[in-house]
Amino acid sequence: MKNKMYFFDYVNIVLMLLVIVVTLYPFLNVAAVSFTTYEEYLMKPMMVWPDEWTTTAYRTLIGKPSLWTSYANTIFITAVTTILSILLYLVTAYPLSRKNLRGKSGIMTYMVFTMMFSGGLIPTFYVVKMLGLYNSLWAIVLTALFSTYNVTLVKNFMESIPDSLIEAARIDGASEFYILFKIIAPLSKAIVATVAMFVAVGQWNSYATSIYYLKDTSKWTLALFLREIILGSSITDVISGSGKDMMQETVNPITIQYAALIITVLPILAVYPFVQKYFVKGMMVGSVKE
Amino acid sequence: MGKQKKIAVTYPEGVYVAPQKSLFKYIITNKWLYLMLLPAVLYLLIFNYLPMFGIVIAFQDFNMVKGIFKSELIGFENFMLLFKEVRFYEVFRNSIVLSFYNLVFGFPMPVILAVLLNEIKQDFFKRFVQTVSYLPHFISWVVIAGMLMNYLATSNGLVNFVIEKLGGEKIPFLMSPKYFRGIMVVANIWKTTGWSSIVYLAAMSNLDQQVYEAALIDGANRFQRMRYITIPGIMSTIITVLILNMGSILNNGFEQVFMLQNTMNLEVSEVFETYTYKQGLMLGNFGYSTAVGLFKSVVSFVLVMGTNYVARKFGQKGLW
Repeated sequence: MKNKMYFFDYVNIVLMLLVIVVTLYPFLNVAAVSFTTYEEYLMKPMMVWPDEWTTTAYRTLIGKPSLWTSYANTIFITAVTTILSILLYLVTAYPLSRKNLRGKSGIMTYMVFTMMFSGGLIPTFYVVKMLGLYNSLWAIVLTALFSTYNVTLVKNFMESIPDSLIEAARIDGASEFYILFKIIAPLSKAIVATVAMFVAVGQWNSYATSIYYLKDTSKWTLALFLREIILGSSITDVISGSGKDMMQETVNPITIQYAALIITVLPILAVYPFVQKYFVKGMMVGSVKE
Repeated sequence: MGKQKKIAVTYPEGVYVAPQKSLFKYIITNKWLYLMLLPAVLYLLIFNYLPMFGIVIAFQDFNMVKGIFKSELIGFENFMLLFKEVRFYEVFRNSIVLSFYNLVFGFPMPVILAVLLNEIKQDFFKRFVQTVSYLPHFISWVVIAGMLMNYLATSNGLVNFVIEKLGGEKIPFLMSPKYFRGIMVVANIWKTTGWSSIVYLAAMSNLDQQVYEAALIDGANRFQRMRYITIPGIMSTIITVLILNMGSILNNGFEQVFMLQNTMNLEVSEVFETYTYKQGLMLGNFGYSTAVGLFKSVVSFVLVMGTNYVARKFGQKGLW
């Protein structure tokens, strides 16, 4: 299978180019529209490069205090959840990765069962409320702290680390915590990075739990802020039907909506190229069991 | 596999003490390992198992002020109500139909993408396509809904702009029950295809390259190699993923449906997640909403167990 190109290869490359275009076009379009005027958008909504550059939309958004509160809240939620859950995953996965630890299969069943059956929305909501977490950012943090799926990924990865390393440390009198944090954790960097990425992205994007558990505007997350920016105008769109001239009167013109989308996804797009090699590796090692 | 070779080490069991000791002594010696498991066990107890006991709300005329211990027990009344409610059957149907469409149209996509990617010879290009195709997985549904609403709007929406330019009539995509499912399926494909292809690519990377070379020598052409080597090689992965999807046929996800839902498309867009939310947290029918949720949980549980059983019957590994 050397590099001789057949007809099929050209077709295949065209198909893959198509995948790239279909995936990236919406991002480029949204970015372009967010940097131009509403008038220019009306003339060529399909643009990927604006003729007339303006940052009006961004300046309007930056002027909204609710953007800053929700941004800060989302950063808090994401950072705290990621740190705490990584710690939790490490200490949980390590004992479970030890072969023949007594009671291990019972604990695994206890964990896996939560993947298959849940109390449902209202009972969970009631527990959160009873714990005094309603309308608190900690509700969003705590409800996303642990997932059996993620702990299984970390556990599977740790199982692939040779036992001899652990045994050698034990003979030297190292404690379990020392072994975990000084030997196992550094070797598990790929999977820890992957799971950290899952948790961070999940929390950055989380929307349902914000709707369930947060009430005050001061507690809003980015998703709720974004929802208001978007729905604010589309409600007007519904009322005005297809009346073109009514559209200009909407609360948030498309340029502002798109600017808000860009502000929301920017941190993800900025980090993505750097972490993507880790998560592909982590996913492959973690998910493929021999 | 590699683990077997290391068996000659001092403690073959992988724990500090070989398990012949009495259970008490064993636990004392390994106390730190058990202590490490404690936070997760407590966490699941509070946030997963406690809500399971909260299911009792489904059998109560539940009132937030009275709480779970003082609310009146009413037996199966909430369930009687539920089975009489026309809306409930609609929700049930919508949930299954939407998942089914997602399965039929969405499931083959990552397999196709992975098979095609596997045939790309230019390593750099292959990696670039992968990097790009994973990206939508990291974009939230709120953002995607925000894009869709503007793209599909009747006034100045991009899609209708193109339709008009081509001489067509504007289509009220979001204001009609006709298009909702199609929109959801396309959005799902856009968001998940690349990411879901990872498992298949991982499975392919484990295939023996020598088999391909042997096939090449035997004169197998490209499509024969795909058909007889690649696809059978990833078949067990395909089946495992399929089982997972079948088991979650009642799940559509709150986030992806809620944003694009409106009164005009409600008859097809109301699914379990949105219905329990509205009934419970918006209208305060806690008992009724819990009953709906319990119905869903039980059916889902049976589905997961059932599909897993079938999978094992057919000689697949199953999920556990």
